[in-house]
Amino acid sequence: MDDDTLDGNAIGGLLAEVFGADMTMAVSTCASCGAVSVVAELAVYRPRLGTVVRCRSCDSVLMVFVSLHGTTCTDLMGLASLS
Amino acid sequence: MSPVSRGFHRKREAAPADRVPPGQYVTRDFPVLSAGPTPHTPLSAWTFSISGGREPKSWTWEEFRALPTETLTRDIHCVTRWSKLDTTWQGVSLDVLLAAVEYESRYALAFSDGGYTTNLPVADLLGGKAWVAFNYEGAPLGAEHGGPARLLVPHLYFWKSAKWVRGLRLRDTDEPGFWENYGYHIYGDPWREQRYAGD
Amino acid sequence: MAGTAVRGRLTWQIATVARVTRETASTVTLLLEVPGWPGHRAGQHVDIRLTSDDGYQAERAYSIASAPGEPLTITVERLDDGEVSPYLTEEARPGDQLEVRGPIGGYFVWEAETGGPLLLAAGGSGVVPLRAIVRERSLAGSSVPVRLLYSSRSWEDVIYSSELDSPPDGVEVIHTLTRSQPPSWHGYARRVDRQMLAEVAWPSADRPLAYVCGPTNFVEAVAAGLVGLGYPAGRVKTERFGATGQ
Repeated sequence: MDDDTLDGNAIGGLLAEVFGADMTMAVSTCASCGAVSVVAELAVYRPRLGTVVRCRSCDSVLMVFVSLHGTTCTDLMGLASLS
Repeated sequence: MSPVSRGFHRKREAAPADRVPPGQYVTRDFPVLSAGPTPHTPLSAWTFSISGGREPKSWTWEEFRALPTETLTRDIHCVTRWSKLDTTWQGVSLDVLLAAVEYESRYALAFSDGGYTTNLPVADLLGGKAWVAFNYEGAPLGAEHGGPARLLVPHLYFWKSAKWVRGLRLRDTDEPGFWENYGYHIYGDPWREQRYAGD
Repeated sequence: MAGTAVRGRLTWQIATVARVTRETASTVTLLLEVPGWPGHRAGQHVDIRLTSDDGYQAERAYSIASAPGEPLTITVERLDDGEVSPYLTEEARPGDQLEVRGPIGGYFVWEAETGGPLLLAAGGSGVVPLRAIVRERSLAGSSVPVRLLYSSRSWEDVIYSSELDSPPDGVEVIHTLTRSQPPSWHGYARRVDRQMLAEVAWPSADRPLAYVCGPTNFVEAVAAGLVGLGYPAGRVKTERFGATGQ
Protein backbone atom coordinates (compact mmCIF):
# COMPACT_ATOMS: atom_id res chain seq x y z
CA MET A 1 0.00 0.00 0.00
CA ASP A 2 1.41 3.33 -1.07
CA ASP A 3 0.38 6.94 -0.56
CA ASP A 4 -1.62 6.89 -3.76
CA THR A 5 -3.42 3.60 -3.18
CA LEU A 6 -7.16 4.05 -3.26
CA ASP A 7 -9.97 1.91 -1.90
CA GLY A 8 -13.16 0.44 -3.29
CA ASN A 9 -15.05 3.70 -2.73
CA ALA A 10 -13.12 5.27 -5.60
CA ILE A 11 -14.40 2.72 -8.11
CA GLY A 12 -17.99 2.75 -6.96
CA GLY A 13 -19.06 4.11 -10.34
CA LEU A 14 -17.07 1.53 -12.31
CA LEU A 15 -18.43 -1.31 -10.17
CA ALA A 16 -22.00 -0.03 -10.50
CA GLU A 17 -21.55 0.06 -14.27
CA VAL A 18 -20.15 -3.49 -14.37
CA PHE A 19 -22.43 -5.15 -11.83
CA GLY A 20 -25.52 -3.02 -12.25
CA ALA A 21 -25.73 -2.08 -8.59
CA ASP A 22 -23.74 -0.43 -5.85
CA MET A 23 -21.04 -2.90 -4.81
CA THR A 24 -19.19 -0.92 -2.16
CA MET A 25 -20.95 -2.86 0.59
CA ALA A 26 -20.51 -6.25 -1.10
CA VAL A 27 -18.38 -8.73 0.84
CA SER A 28 -15.38 -10.27 -0.90
CA THR A 29 -13.38 -13.33 0.07
CA CYS A 30 -9.81 -13.60 -1.16
CA ALA A 31 -9.17 -16.88 -3.01
CA SER A 32 -5.53 -16.80 -1.90
CA CYS A 33 -5.66 -16.13 1.83
CA GLY A 34 -9.35 -16.22 2.68
CA ALA A 35 -9.45 -12.66 4.02
CA VAL A 36 -12.97 -11.24 4.10
CA SER A 37 -13.54 -7.55 3.37
CA VAL A 38 -16.19 -5.16 2.21
CA VAL A 39 -15.34 -4.02 -1.29
CA ALA A 40 -15.10 -0.38 -0.11
CA GLU A 41 -12.08 -1.33 1.99
CA LEU A 42 -10.12 -3.25 -0.66
CA ALA A 43 -6.88 -1.78 -2.04
CA VAL A 44 -7.38 -0.24 -5.47
CA TYR A 45 -4.71 0.66 -8.01
CA ARG A 46 -5.60 2.64 -11.12
CA PRO A 47 -2.59 2.79 -13.43
CA ARG A 48 -4.84 3.94 -16.30
CA LEU A 49 -4.15 0.74 -18.25
CA GLY A 50 -6.77 -0.77 -16.01
CA THR A 51 -8.06 -0.99 -12.46
CA VAL A 52 -6.53 -3.60 -10.16
CA VAL A 53 -8.24 -4.50 -6.89
CA ARG A 54 -6.10 -6.32 -4.34
CA CYS A 55 -6.55 -8.03 -1.01
CA ARG A 56 -5.32 -5.79 1.79
CA SER A 57 -4.02 -8.79 3.73
CA CYS A 58 -1.93 -10.57 1.12
CA ASP A 59 -1.82 -8.18 -1.89
CA SER A 60 -3.19 -10.86 -4.22
CA VAL A 61 -5.10 -9.61 -7.22
CA LEU A 62 -8.85 -10.04 -6.65
CA MET A 63 -10.35 -8.17 -9.58
CA VAL A 64 -9.07 -6.52 -12.74
CA PHE A 65 -11.07 -4.20 -14.99
CA VAL A 66 -9.72 -3.13 -18.37
CA SER A 67 -11.54 -0.89 -20.78
CA LEU A 68 -10.84 -1.86 -24.38
CA HIS A 69 -12.49 -0.17 -27.34
CA GLY A 70 -15.33 1.03 -25.13
CA THR A 71 -16.02 -2.29 -23.44
CA THR A 72 -15.01 -3.11 -19.89
CA CYS A 73 -13.39 -6.51 -19.45
CA THR A 74 -13.72 -7.93 -15.98
CA ASP A 75 -11.64 -10.61 -14.29
CA LEU A 76 -12.80 -11.77 -10.88
CA MET A 77 -10.65 -14.88 -10.65
CA GLY A 78 -8.87 -13.77 -7.50
CA LEU A 79 -12.12 -13.86 -5.54
CA ALA A 80 -13.36 -16.95 -3.79
CA SER A 81 -16.70 -15.18 -3.43
CA LEU A 82 -18.38 -11.85 -3.80
CA SER A 83 -21.79 -11.36 -2.24
CA MET B 1 -22.74 12.41 -27.36
CA SER B 2 -20.88 13.99 -24.49
CA PRO B 3 -21.02 17.77 -24.39
CA VAL B 4 -17.71 19.54 -24.77
CA SER B 5 -16.57 21.15 -21.54
CA ARG B 6 -15.61 24.62 -22.69
CA GLY B 7 -11.97 25.37 -22.18
CA PHE B 8 -10.93 21.87 -21.10
CA HIS B 9 -7.75 20.63 -22.73
CA ARG B 10 -5.20 18.02 -21.97
CA LYS B 11 -1.82 19.48 -21.05
CA ARG B 12 0.55 18.83 -23.87
CA GLU B 13 3.98 20.04 -24.90
CA ALA B 14 4.92 20.94 -28.44
CA ALA B 15 7.20 18.39 -30.07
CA PRO B 16 8.48 17.49 -33.53
CA ALA B 17 5.94 15.24 -35.18
CA ASP B 18 8.50 12.61 -36.13
CA ARG B 19 9.24 12.02 -32.44
CA VAL B 20 5.62 11.42 -31.47
CA PRO B 21 3.98 8.12 -32.38
CA PRO B 22 0.36 8.18 -33.55
CA GLY B 23 -2.17 9.05 -30.86
CA GLN B 24 0.42 10.20 -28.35
CA TYR B 25 0.95 13.56 -26.64
CA VAL B 26 4.18 14.78 -25.12
CA THR B 27 4.46 15.53 -21.43
CA ARG B 28 7.19 16.74 -19.09
CA ASP B 29 5.58 14.76 -16.26
CA PHE B 30 6.58 11.22 -15.42
CA PRO B 31 3.32 9.67 -14.19
CA VAL B 32 3.60 6.83 -11.71
CA LEU B 33 1.37 4.03 -12.90
CA SER B 34 1.46 0.91 -10.73
CA ALA B 35 -0.77 -2.14 -10.61
CA GLY B 36 0.20 -2.94 -7.06
CA PRO B 37 2.12 -1.81 -3.99
CA THR B 38 5.71 -0.63 -4.42
CA PRO B 39 8.04 -3.45 -3.44
CA HIS B 40 10.99 -2.71 -1.19
CA THR B 41 13.37 -5.59 -1.72
CA PRO B 42 16.65 -4.88 0.08
CA LEU B 43 19.65 -4.89 -2.24
CA SER B 44 21.16 -7.67 -0.14
CA ALA B 45 18.28 -9.90 -1.21
CA TRP B 46 18.01 -8.66 -4.83
CA THR B 47 18.99 -10.91 -7.71
CA PHE B 48 18.44 -10.84 -11.45
CA SER B 49 18.08 -14.30 -12.92
CA ILE B 50 17.62 -15.80 -16.34
CA SER B 51 16.07 -19.25 -16.50
CA GLY B 52 15.05 -21.46 -19.39
CA GLY B 53 18.49 -21.59 -20.97
CA ARG B 54 20.88 -24.50 -20.73
CA GLU B 55 21.61 -23.52 -17.14
CA PRO B 56 20.03 -20.90 -14.92
CA LYS B 57 22.11 -17.78 -14.36
CA SER B 58 21.76 -15.28 -11.57
CA TRP B 59 23.50 -12.08 -10.47
CA THR B 60 23.48 -10.49 -7.04
CA TRP B 61 23.25 -6.70 -6.89
CA GLU B 62 27.03 -6.44 -6.51
CA GLU B 63 27.63 -8.78 -9.43
CA PHE B 64 25.05 -6.94 -11.53
CA ARG B 65 26.60 -3.54 -10.79
CA ALA B 66 30.02 -4.86 -11.69
CA LEU B 67 28.85 -5.49 -15.26
CA PRO B 68 29.55 -2.93 -17.96
CA THR B 69 26.92 -0.21 -18.07
CA GLU B 70 25.68 2.27 -20.64
CA THR B 71 24.17 5.70 -20.38
CA LEU B 72 21.43 6.24 -22.90
CA THR B 73 18.84 8.84 -23.82
CA ARG B 74 15.59 7.70 -25.34
CA ASP B 75 11.99 8.67 -25.82
CA ILE B 76 9.45 6.59 -23.95
CA HIS B 77 5.85 6.00 -24.95
CA CYS B 78 3.07 4.82 -22.66
CA VAL B 79 0.00 3.10 -24.04
CA THR B 80 -2.07 5.55 -21.99
CA ARG B 81 -0.97 8.08 -24.64
CA TRP B 82 1.73 10.09 -22.94
CA SER B 83 5.22 10.25 -24.39
CA LYS B 84 8.26 11.65 -22.65
CA LEU B 85 11.17 12.67 -24.82
CA ASP B 86 14.88 12.48 -24.12
CA THR B 87 14.80 10.49 -20.91
CA THR B 88 18.23 9.53 -19.69
CA TRP B 89 19.02 6.22 -18.07
CA GLN B 90 21.96 4.16 -16.99
CA GLY B 91 21.77 0.40 -17.10
CA VAL B 92 23.18 -2.92 -18.14
CA SER B 93 22.35 -3.99 -21.67
CA LEU B 94 20.39 -7.19 -22.12
CA ASP B 95 23.02 -8.05 -24.75
CA VAL B 96 25.49 -8.34 -21.86
CA LEU B 97 23.11 -10.31 -19.63
CA LEU B 98 21.92 -12.72 -22.32
CA ALA B 99 25.49 -13.29 -23.50
CA ALA B 100 26.08 -15.07 -20.19
CA VAL B 101 23.45 -17.70 -20.97
CA GLU B 102 23.27 -20.45 -23.57
CA TYR B 103 19.75 -20.64 -24.89
CA GLU B 104 17.65 -21.34 -27.93
CA SER B 105 14.37 -19.80 -26.84
CA ARG B 106 12.86 -17.06 -28.94
CA TYR B 107 10.61 -15.56 -26.30
CA ALA B 108 10.99 -14.24 -22.79
CA LEU B 109 8.71 -13.46 -19.90
CA ALA B 110 10.10 -10.70 -17.70
CA PHE B 111 8.99 -11.00 -14.10
CA SER B 112 9.08 -8.55 -11.23
CA ASP B 113 8.74 -8.27 -7.48
CA GLY B 114 5.04 -8.14 -6.69
CA GLY B 115 4.13 -10.59 -9.46
CA TYR B 116 4.02 -8.36 -12.54
CA THR B 117 4.99 -10.00 -15.81
CA THR B 118 5.32 -8.95 -19.43
CA ASN B 119 6.33 -10.92 -22.50
CA LEU B 120 8.74 -9.99 -25.27
CA PRO B 121 10.50 -11.69 -28.17
CA VAL B 122 14.16 -12.25 -27.30
CA ALA B 123 15.02 -10.44 -30.54
CA ASP B 124 13.56 -7.27 -28.99
CA LEU B 125 15.90 -7.60 -26.03
CA LEU B 126 19.01 -7.86 -28.21
CA GLY B 127 20.90 -5.51 -30.51
CA GLY B 128 21.12 -2.54 -28.18
CA LYS B 129 17.35 -2.25 -27.64
CA ALA B 130 16.92 -3.20 -23.99
CA TRP B 131 18.52 -2.62 -20.61
CA VAL B 132 18.08 -3.34 -16.96
CA ALA B 133 18.18 0.28 -15.81
CA PHE B 134 19.16 1.39 -12.31
CA ASN B 135 19.68 5.13 -12.76
CA TYR B 136 17.26 7.69 -14.14
CA GLU B 137 18.37 11.26 -14.92
CA GLY B 138 21.67 10.62 -13.20
CA ALA B 139 20.29 9.41 -9.87
CA PRO B 140 19.32 5.99 -8.52
CA LEU B 141 15.96 4.97 -9.89
CA GLY B 142 13.27 5.78 -7.32
CA ALA B 143 11.16 2.94 -5.99
CA GLU B 144 7.96 4.41 -7.40
CA HIS B 145 9.48 4.32 -10.90
CA GLY B 146 10.72 0.75 -10.55
CA GLY B 147 13.89 1.01 -8.49
CA PRO B 148 16.30 -0.51 -7.68
CA ALA B 149 16.13 -1.69 -11.30
CA ARG B 150 13.58 -1.93 -14.06
CA LEU B 151 13.51 -3.34 -17.52
CA LEU B 152 13.83 -0.63 -20.16
CA VAL B 153 12.66 -1.39 -23.69
CA PRO B 154 11.95 2.05 -25.17
CA HIS B 155 10.98 0.91 -28.66
CA LEU B 156 7.85 -0.77 -27.28
CA TYR B 157 5.03 0.70 -25.21
CA PHE B 158 6.28 1.35 -21.72
CA TRP B 159 4.22 -1.36 -20.01
CA LYS B 160 6.84 -3.72 -21.43
CA SER B 161 9.52 -1.92 -19.39
CA ALA B 162 8.71 -3.87 -16.27
CA LYS B 163 9.30 -2.05 -13.00
CA TRP B 164 11.05 -3.91 -10.19
CA VAL B 165 12.29 -6.51 -12.68
CA ARG B 166 13.93 -9.56 -11.17
CA GLY B 167 14.61 -11.67 -14.22
CA LEU B 168 13.60 -13.38 -17.43
CA ARG B 169 12.11 -16.78 -18.10
CA LEU B 170 13.12 -17.85 -21.59
CA ARG B 171 10.44 -19.83 -23.40
CA ASP B 172 9.67 -21.32 -26.76
CA THR B 173 6.26 -19.71 -27.03
CA ASP B 174 5.16 -16.12 -26.66
CA GLU B 175 2.81 -16.23 -23.70
CA PRO B 176 1.04 -13.13 -22.55
CA GLY B 177 2.09 -11.38 -19.37
CA PHE B 178 -0.09 -9.39 -16.96
CA TRP B 179 -1.55 -6.69 -19.20
CA GLU B 180 -1.33 -8.78 -22.35
CA ASN B 181 -3.65 -11.28 -20.66
CA TYR B 182 -6.25 -8.54 -20.28
CA GLY B 183 -6.22 -7.57 -23.92
CA TYR B 184 -3.22 -5.36 -24.42
CA HIS B 185 -1.23 -6.10 -27.57
CA ILE B 186 1.12 -9.06 -27.44
CA TYR B 187 3.93 -6.99 -29.04
CA GLY B 188 3.16 -3.29 -28.49
CA ASP B 189 4.89 -1.21 -31.18
CA PRO B 190 3.95 2.44 -30.62
CA TRP B 191 4.73 3.36 -34.22
CA ARG B 192 2.14 0.89 -35.49
CA GLU B 193 -0.15 1.90 -32.60
CA GLN B 194 -0.40 -1.66 -31.31
CA ARG B 195 -2.21 -0.87 -28.07
CA TYR B 196 -4.73 -3.71 -27.84
CA ALA B 197 -4.90 -7.28 -29.11
CA GLY B 198 -5.97 -7.23 -32.73
CA ASP B 199 -4.65 -3.74 -33.47
CA MET C 1 -36.68 7.87 -32.31
CA ALA C 2 -35.12 6.04 -29.41
CA GLY C 3 -37.40 5.23 -26.51
CA THR C 4 -37.25 7.33 -23.39
CA ALA C 5 -34.10 6.47 -21.53
CA VAL C 6 -34.54 5.84 -17.85
CA ARG C 7 -32.27 8.24 -16.03
CA GLY C 8 -30.52 5.92 -13.68
CA ARG C 9 -27.67 6.53 -11.34
CA LEU C 10 -25.42 4.43 -13.55
CA THR C 11 -25.63 6.61 -16.61
CA TRP C 12 -23.80 9.78 -17.42
CA GLN C 13 -26.00 12.83 -17.19
CA ILE C 14 -25.29 16.32 -18.41
CA ALA C 15 -24.63 18.81 -15.64
CA THR C 16 -24.48 22.56 -15.98
CA VAL C 17 -22.33 24.61 -13.64
CA ALA C 18 -24.72 26.99 -11.93
CA ARG C 19 -22.45 28.69 -9.44
CA VAL C 20 -18.75 28.74 -8.62
CA THR C 21 -17.73 29.67 -5.07
CA ARG C 22 -14.11 29.96 -4.07
CA GLU C 23 -13.60 28.42 -0.65
CA THR C 24 -9.81 28.74 -0.26
CA ALA C 25 -6.90 29.56 -2.54
CA SER C 26 -6.92 25.99 -3.79
CA THR C 27 -10.54 24.86 -3.39
CA VAL C 28 -13.73 25.76 -5.19
CA THR C 29 -17.33 24.66 -4.69
CA LEU C 30 -19.37 24.09 -7.80
CA LEU C 31 -23.13 24.01 -7.71
CA LEU C 32 -24.32 21.68 -10.45
CA GLU C 33 -27.71 21.56 -12.11
CA VAL C 34 -28.62 18.09 -13.25
CA PRO C 35 -32.10 17.67 -14.68
CA GLY C 36 -33.79 14.80 -12.93
CA TRP C 37 -31.13 14.51 -10.20
CA PRO C 38 -32.40 11.62 -8.07
CA GLY C 39 -31.07 12.98 -4.79
CA HIS C 40 -28.22 11.59 -2.75
CA ARG C 41 -27.14 10.43 0.72
CA ALA C 42 -24.61 12.21 2.91
CA GLY C 43 -21.13 10.82 2.24
CA GLN C 44 -21.72 9.77 -1.36
CA HIS C 45 -19.74 11.02 -4.33
CA VAL C 46 -20.20 11.64 -8.02
CA ASP C 47 -17.99 10.84 -10.97
CA ILE C 48 -17.35 13.90 -13.13
CA ARG C 49 -16.34 13.57 -16.77
CA LEU C 50 -14.91 16.32 -18.95
CA THR C 51 -14.67 16.17 -22.73
CA SER C 52 -12.36 18.39 -24.74
CA ASP C 53 -13.03 19.51 -28.28
CA ASP C 54 -10.71 16.84 -29.68
CA GLY C 55 -12.75 14.12 -28.02
CA TYR C 56 -10.34 13.48 -25.15
CA GLN C 57 -12.14 12.60 -21.93
CA ALA C 58 -11.02 12.62 -18.32
CA GLU C 59 -12.98 11.34 -15.37
CA ARG C 60 -12.58 11.85 -11.60
CA ALA C 61 -14.58 11.19 -8.45
CA TYR C 62 -15.59 14.07 -6.14
CA SER C 63 -17.44 13.89 -2.85
CA ILE C 64 -20.80 15.62 -2.62
CA ALA C 65 -20.56 18.60 -0.27
CA SER C 66 -24.26 19.16 0.24
CA ALA C 67 -26.78 17.28 2.35
CA PRO C 68 -29.66 15.24 0.95
CA GLY C 69 -32.34 17.58 -0.30
CA GLU C 70 -29.90 20.43 -0.86
CA PRO C 71 -28.78 21.27 -4.39
CA LEU C 72 -25.91 19.13 -5.66
CA THR C 73 -22.57 20.73 -4.87
CA ILE C 74 -19.04 19.40 -5.01
CA THR C 75 -15.92 20.98 -3.52
CA VAL C 76 -12.79 20.42 -5.56
CA GLU C 77 -9.20 20.86 -4.46
CA ARG C 78 -6.70 21.90 -7.11
CA LEU C 79 -3.89 19.39 -7.44
CA ASP C 80 -0.74 20.91 -8.94
CA ASP C 81 -0.14 18.06 -11.36
CA GLY C 82 -3.82 17.42 -11.86
CA GLU C 83 -5.63 17.36 -15.13
CA VAL C 84 -9.27 17.81 -14.08
CA SER C 85 -8.96 19.78 -10.84
CA PRO C 86 -7.15 22.77 -12.38
CA TYR C 87 -10.00 23.04 -14.86
CA LEU C 88 -12.74 22.77 -12.24
CA THR C 89 -11.07 25.18 -9.83
CA GLU C 90 -9.78 27.80 -12.25
CA GLU C 91 -11.62 27.62 -15.55
CA ALA C 92 -15.17 26.36 -14.99
CA ARG C 93 -17.83 29.07 -15.14
CA PRO C 94 -21.60 29.15 -14.78
CA GLY C 95 -23.10 27.75 -17.95
CA ASP C 96 -20.28 25.30 -18.64
CA GLN C 97 -21.31 21.72 -19.16
CA LEU C 98 -19.78 18.55 -17.84
CA GLU C 99 -21.07 15.07 -17.21
CA VAL C 100 -21.93 13.57 -13.87
CA ARG C 101 -22.59 9.97 -12.85
CA GLY C 102 -24.10 9.15 -9.52
CA PRO C 103 -24.75 9.42 -6.70
CA ILE C 104 -22.30 6.63 -5.89
CA GLY C 105 -21.58 4.73 -2.73
CA GLY C 106 -23.38 2.76 -0.08
CA TYR C 107 -20.59 2.30 2.45
CA PHE C 108 -19.31 5.74 3.38
CA VAL C 109 -22.79 7.13 4.05
CA TRP C 110 -24.64 8.38 7.12
CA GLU C 111 -28.20 9.18 7.93
CA ALA C 112 -29.84 9.86 11.25
CA GLU C 113 -30.84 6.22 11.77
CA THR C 114 -27.17 5.23 11.56
CA GLY C 115 -26.70 6.83 14.96
CA GLY C 116 -23.55 7.78 16.84
CA PRO C 117 -21.74 9.30 18.63
CA LEU C 118 -19.78 10.20 15.52
CA LEU C 119 -16.05 10.75 15.25
CA LEU C 120 -15.40 12.40 11.89
CA ALA C 121 -11.73 12.69 10.93
CA ALA C 122 -10.86 14.84 7.93
CA GLY C 123 -7.52 15.27 6.23
CA GLY C 124 -7.57 18.26 3.89
CA SER C 125 -10.31 17.92 1.27
CA GLY C 126 -11.48 14.79 3.11
CA VAL C 127 -13.68 17.22 5.03
CA VAL C 128 -16.08 17.44 2.07
CA PRO C 129 -18.21 14.32 2.65
CA LEU C 130 -17.99 14.83 6.40
CA ARG C 131 -19.40 18.32 6.05
CA ALA C 132 -22.31 16.79 4.12
CA ILE C 133 -22.85 14.45 7.06
CA VAL C 134 -22.87 17.33 9.54
CA ARG C 135 -25.37 19.23 7.39
CA GLU C 136 -27.58 16.15 7.09
CA ARG C 137 -27.52 15.76 10.87
CA SER C 138 -28.95 19.27 11.21
CA LEU C 139 -31.54 18.83 8.48
CA ALA C 140 -32.69 15.53 9.96
CA GLY C 141 -32.98 17.08 13.42
CA SER C 142 -30.56 14.55 14.88
CA SER C 143 -28.87 15.22 18.20
CA VAL C 144 -26.20 12.57 17.83
CA PRO C 145 -22.98 13.96 19.37
CA VAL C 146 -20.31 14.71 16.75
CA ARG C 147 -16.64 15.51 17.00
CA LEU C 148 -15.01 16.57 13.75
CA LEU C 149 -11.23 16.39 13.89
CA TYR C 150 -10.02 18.36 10.88
CA SER C 151 -6.39 18.42 9.79
CA SER C 152 -5.27 21.21 7.45
CA ARG C 153 -1.91 22.65 6.49
CA SER C 154 -2.78 26.17 7.64
CA TRP C 155 -5.80 28.24 8.59
CA GLU C 156 -5.98 29.57 5.01
CA ASP C 157 -6.48 25.99 3.83
CA VAL C 158 -9.48 25.32 6.06
CA ILE C 159 -12.54 24.76 3.89
CA TYR C 160 -15.94 25.95 5.15
CA SER C 161 -14.14 27.78 7.96
CA SER C 162 -16.98 30.17 8.84
CA GLU C 163 -19.54 27.36 8.77
CA LEU C 164 -17.33 25.24 11.01
CA ASP C 165 -16.67 28.21 13.32
CA SER C 166 -20.31 28.22 14.35
CA PRO C 167 -21.19 24.54 14.42
CA PRO C 168 -24.66 23.38 15.43
CA ASP C 169 -25.35 22.27 19.02
CA GLY C 170 -23.79 18.92 19.73
CA VAL C 171 -21.09 19.28 17.05
CA GLU C 172 -17.55 20.06 18.16
CA VAL C 173 -14.92 20.96 15.58
CA ILE C 174 -11.30 20.39 16.54
CA HIS C 175 -8.74 21.74 14.11
CA THR C 176 -5.13 20.80 13.77
CA LEU C 177 -2.93 22.97 11.57
CA THR C 178 0.10 20.99 10.56
CA ARG C 179 2.34 23.39 8.67
CA SER C 180 1.69 26.90 9.92
CA GLN C 181 -0.56 28.49 12.51
CA PRO C 182 -1.88 32.01 13.00
CA PRO C 183 -0.35 34.06 15.79
CA SER C 184 -1.99 33.26 19.15
CA TRP C 185 -3.13 29.84 17.89
CA HIS C 186 -3.79 27.59 20.86
CA GLY C 187 -5.01 24.55 19.00
CA TYR C 188 -3.22 21.46 17.78
CA ALA C 189 -0.29 22.20 15.52
CA ARG C 190 0.83 18.79 14.29
CA ARG C 191 -0.28 15.81 12.24
CA VAL C 192 -2.90 13.64 13.85
CA ASP C 193 -1.25 11.04 16.07
CA ARG C 194 -2.31 8.53 18.68
CA GLN C 195 -2.03 11.05 21.49
CA MET C 196 -4.32 13.50 19.72
CA LEU C 197 -6.82 10.78 18.91
CA ALA C 198 -6.79 9.65 22.54
CA GLU C 199 -7.66 13.21 23.57
CA VAL C 200 -10.27 13.86 20.89
CA ALA C 201 -11.95 10.61 19.95
CA TRP C 202 -15.02 9.38 21.81
CA PRO C 203 -14.11 6.59 24.21
CA SER C 204 -14.71 3.22 22.61
CA ALA C 205 -17.07 2.40 25.49
CA ASP C 206 -19.51 4.92 23.98
CA ARG C 207 -19.74 2.67 20.92
CA PRO C 208 -18.90 5.47 18.51
CA LEU C 209 -18.89 5.31 14.74
CA ALA C 210 -15.92 6.81 12.93
CA TYR C 211 -15.73 8.17 9.38
CA VAL C 212 -12.19 8.90 8.22
CA CYS C 213 -11.56 10.61 4.91
CA GLY C 214 -8.62 12.28 3.19
CA PRO C 215 -5.23 11.38 1.76
CA THR C 216 -4.42 7.70 1.98
CA ASN C 217 -1.60 8.04 4.50
CA PHE C 218 -3.83 10.19 6.74
CA VAL C 219 -6.65 7.64 6.60
CA GLU C 220 -4.32 4.72 7.30
CA ALA C 221 -2.74 6.45 10.29
CA VAL C 222 -6.02 7.59 11.81
CA ALA C 223 -7.85 4.32 11.24
CA ALA C 224 -4.99 2.39 12.83
CA GLY C 225 -4.95 4.85 15.72
CA LEU C 226 -8.67 4.45 16.36
CA VAL C 227 -8.45 0.67 16.25
CA GLY C 228 -5.58 1.02 18.70
CA LEU C 229 -7.93 2.94 20.98
CA GLY C 230 -10.36 0.06 20.93
CA TYR C 231 -12.65 1.02 18.07
CA PRO C 232 -13.80 -2.17 16.35
CA ALA C 233 -12.53 -2.12 12.75
CA GLY C 234 -16.11 -2.52 11.58
CA ARG C 235 -17.04 0.80 13.19
CA VAL C 236 -14.29 2.75 11.42
CA LYS C 237 -15.33 3.68 7.90
CA THR C 238 -12.59 4.85 5.58
CA GLU C 239 -12.44 6.71 2.29
CA ARG C 240 -9.00 7.22 0.78
CA PHE C 241 -8.35 10.03 -1.66
CA GLY C 242 -4.90 8.81 -2.72
CA ALA C 243 -1.85 11.05 -2.61
CA THR C 244 -2.70 14.71 -2.91
CA GLY C 245 0.87 15.71 -3.56
CA GLN C 246 0.98 18.10 -0.65
